[in-house]
Amino acid sequence: MKSHVLRPLFVVVGIVILILSARLILVPKDFGVYERGYMYGWHRKSNEEDWKKIKVKYQGKDFCRDCHADKYDSINKTPHKIIQCENCHGPASDVTSDHYSEQRPKLAIDKSRAQCLRCHYPLPYPTSGRGDIKSIDPEKHNPDVECSTCHNPHKPMEGLR
Amino acid sequence: MITRRNFLKSTAAGIAGIALPLAAFEIIDPQKLMAEEAKSDVKLRWVFLVDTYKCVGCGFCVKACKNENEVPYDANVTRTWVERYVITKDGKVHADTPKGARDGFTTSKIDLGEGKFEDIKKEDINKAFFVPKLCNQCENPPCVQVCPVGATYQAPDGVVLVDRTWCIGCGYCIMGCPYGVRFFHPVYHTAEKCNFCYHRISKGLKSACVDACPFGARRIGNIKDANDPVTKIIMTERVGVLKEEYGTKPQVFYIGLDREVR
Repeated sequence: MKSHVLRPLFVVVGIVILILSARLILVPKDFGVYERGYMYGWHRKSNEEDWKKIKVKYQGKDFCRDCHADKYDSINKTPHKIIQCENCHGPASDVTSDHYSEQRPKLAIDKSRAQCLRCHYPLPYPTSGRGDIKSIDPEKHNPDVECSTCHNPHKPMEGLR
Repeated sequence: MITRRNFLKSTAAGIAGIALPLAAFEIIDPQKLMAEEAKSDVKLRWVFLVDTYKCVGCGFCVKACKNENEVPYDANVTRTWVERYVITKDGKVHADTPKGARDGFTTSKIDLGEGKFEDIKKEDINKAFFVPKLCNQCENPPCVQVCPVGATYQAPDGVVLVDRTWCIGCGYCIMGCPYGVRFFHPVYHTAEKCNFCYHRISKGLKSACVDACPFGARRIGNIKDANDPVTKIIMTERVGVLKEEYGTKPQVFYIGLDREVR
């Protein structure tokens, strides 16, 4: 056969080899079909571990109890016991590394009125538990004052401070 | 001698015979089939249970989710959100979810978008409630089917994950999800979605939203464990799922789901 016929063929074969070898380098070794089959399980296996390695930020109530037992016990006697410390005080992991040091950074506490109004804004909705929560009208009830100025969120039932 | 009639007859019979595969004669025993399925060694399948009666729309779940999963707090995207439904006496459905309820619902006005609000009188309300939403971790996830590069997939425990290093950002999965739970991560520019806090549940913790919920409206469990309290509720109580007609087999179950919820 004449070379001008074969030459483009060599070029095509060369390109195919180039793409295949590039693919061999670029595609991770653990990329393949796993438990859920080709349609749902075609992926890089080690990505599952990547997701598991993400840092846990919210540590939960019991984590705070170790040092702040007084606060833990006092709030547990009130209806506010259902609220996690970190819902108002922020995720504990942000400070865990140096939380125990001399100049320990304080967690950013959300004392805003909006924080309390999440539950205590009056929405008397039938078929929702929201209507059963005691509420105030934020426009009439001491506007511009933080709730915690008068109310202790750790002891909500003990009257004003 | 071959007549035309005989030829046609035997040809028809022959073709019919060839067309019939041997598998057609196999009688499938349903019990055997079930046993085959039960034999699969999957011991863990994460499911979620939402009790809409308990939800008060405080939005602590959304706040915790954004912090836990490093979704930029002020970007208007979120892995989970809470919808408010107010159904008035004239039969109209009013629904909103301002900022995905990150800051809860601190006004009785319904957010219509574009800075417009609709005030609804207390007397006009027939029923009103809150519905938390999150990824359904479907058994047949359409978002995974449409991914052209294998960047999103289903882990063996049923959770649908996204490989950020492999995602090309084509957005097919975002369009493919009937529940609208996917979005582009503002920092990574790859598809982002709820994964039941995979880093927490794989360490024995509960999802951040489950822990943050003061009212126990959100629960997570393993449907393969018969003693799991969540499994017991799903098996013995009346629960619903969202958009069942799509055949995606969603694995987030709802107690008290209303027909107006989409």
